Amino acid sequence: MTSPRPWLQGALLAAGSVVFLFPLWWMVVVSLETPERAGAAMTGSDGIALWPRDPQWGNYAEALAEMGSEPWVGFINALANSIVVTTLVVVGTVLSSSLVGFAFARLRWRGSGVLFTVMLATMMLPGQVTLIPLFLLFRGLGWIDTILPLAVPAFFGNAFFIFMYRQFILQVPESLVEAAKVDGHGWLGIWWTVILPLCRPVTAICAVFTFIGTWNDFMGPLVYLHAEEQSTLAVALNSFRNQYGGLDDVHLLMAASLVTMLPCIILFIAAQRQFVEGLARGAVKG
Amino acid sequence: MAEVILQSVGKVYPGGVRAVQGVDLHVRHGEFIVLVGPSGCGKSTTLRMVAGLEEISEGRITIGGRVVNDIAPSDRDIAMVFQNYALYPHMTVGRNMSFGLERRRRHGSLLRALLSPAYAAERRAETARIQERVDGAADLLGLRPLLDRMPRELSGGQRQRVAVGRAIVRDPAVFLFDEPLSNLDAKLRGEMRTELRILHRRLGATMMYVTHDQEEAMGLADRIVVMKDGIVQQVGSPTELYERPVNRFVAGFIGTPTMNIVEGDVERDGGVLALRWAGGRITLPAGIAVTGTRASIGIRPDTLAPVADGPFRGTVQSIEFLGDRADVLVASSGVRLNARLPTERARGLREGDTIALGMPGVAHVFDGDGRRAG
Repeated sequence: MTSPRPWLQGALLAAGSVVFLFPLWWMVVVSLETPERAGAAMTGSDGIALWPRDPQWGNYAEALAEMGSEPWVGFINALANSIVVTTLVVVGTVLSSSLVGFAFARLRWRGSGVLFTVMLATMMLPGQVTLIPLFLLFRGLGWIDTILPLAVPAFFGNAFFIFMYRQFILQVPESLVEAAKVDGHGWLGIWWTVILPLCRPVTAICAVFTFIGTWNDFMGPLVYLHAEEQSTLAVALNSFRNQYGGLDDVHLLMAASLVTMLPCIILFIAAQRQFVEGLARGAVKG
Repeated sequence: MAEVILQSVGKVYPGGVRAVQGVDLHVRHGEFIVLVGPSGCGKSTTLRMVAGLEEISEGRITIGGRVVNDIAPSDRDIAMVFQNYALYPHMTVGRNMSFGLERRRRHGSLLRALLSPAYAAERRAETARIQERVDGAADLLGLRPLLDRMPRELSGGQRQRVAVGRAIVRDPAVFLFDEPLSNLDAKLRGEMRTELRILHRRLGATMMYVTHDQEEAMGLADRIVVMKDGIVQQVGSPTELYERPVNRFVAGFIGTPTMNIVEGDVERDGGVLALRWAGGRITLPAGIAVTGTRASIGIRPDTLAPVADGPFRGTVQSIEFLGDRADVLVASSGVRLNARLPTERARGLREGDTIALGMPGVAHVFDGDGRRAG
């Protein structure tokens, strides 16, 4: 098969990116409009504006101040909660998944093959199936209305990332592990000083996916955290939508949504090189 | 420096595969010993058992007077150079070299250094000592300019040198090398071989070295251990192995080009023994005792020469010129012989010519089981 001409490739990619970027851009435009024009944009009665006529930057401050029952407090609380939960979950998932993946790749013990299969099988279970049993478990432990049900499970690994780490670590030459043994490291030391630094591309994928998943997670915080001051950004945004979901306030909703999305976009851009490298590696060798 | 003693050492893998059996070996202080043999002969497994990377199923290994069977690799006072170098890809050359020492620091805690000035001073002194050792090894191997580079920025030869440097920094009792030169091209391999030899003389350290390349073994070793199927065939100096191989396997394995073997029936005529094969007959030297009816003789290619009434008459099949010498392959009835002749004697030969080869005396005689006779 011959590859298409470069200009055609470029044109196709450009057309594709317009399709994907347009909704985001439209959000930006609407978030900067006056209430009347934003409402009109929603109904399409005024055509589609590609540029805000008179950018209302104050919309952002207004939207964030309006989150929660007290000005600014609701937003700052939600932001802090999201940061704490996401950080814990990302750190926990990376550490536990890489450690377990390393064990599956390098340690031989009776039944490791069976355990690996069982672990992979857990990926087939939809989250909705385990929601109620998990809720009962965490209630039994007295963890409801704390962040523990959201953070602690992350420290017990994630089946998909364990699988990714294992496949990656299998490619690391055995002699590196042996050299570290001769240099005086035990299994934990080898994992920490040799394996984990070498797994950077996988760690980038694991961290970015986990970050996006946790940052945007709505169900978990909704089920386990009930007080307003405990809610994360995703839950706070939902309350905001319930409150300001009408056509008159759509500019505020877009502004709040954009602020919520921002960390994910920044993280993806920052980790893009590692991320794509990791995915390509997975595609070739995994 | 230390002695390494292997007593009846064996390795049985789960499933009953016996990789090494009954190895008895005494590596002396400061000796350069090379384990050589075809792939799967158990040489690497033996070395890895000495290193502690492979459990010892049977027997006992002693390093520097201490039985190490149950001692972790890091506590055996050894350093190992791996075939693929095993440099940590995410660390600079300098850090690769100091990594083992960093692990062994007695004053490593940064926190304690912050809290106690005395501890901090000890820690600084220790850091300086480590740096000194890294610099010393780097100077010895010409690695100074590379200390801040990453392994991926180095050529194969430089990586090999770093791997050796990493071993030197640790100042171990025994150096272990597992086919360290096999990833290098022929020219570089030759250079590194000379360097290793010089390094051994300079350090005076005990070194155990594994290779499948008998030429490398001959060039490096004080003594060579030839292994096959997990069993030691012969231990001796390169000249001993070359001149008095104990069996046909060693005879065929040691020496380039490979020794010619002619197999035949033993004829006894009074006290005189002779070997008869399809294409001829040759009298065996006096004083050689052969039991059984079959035997073989081994002839080094460089001892063969064109002789008018030589016992091996045949047709020249190919001629390979190697500069001052030429390898001539002759098909005699029932056997093919390789003769290494001076170029001027091979110059007149053409493929298809008939030639008779002979030698000054029969060098090696093996009985029917392949064991050396006499």
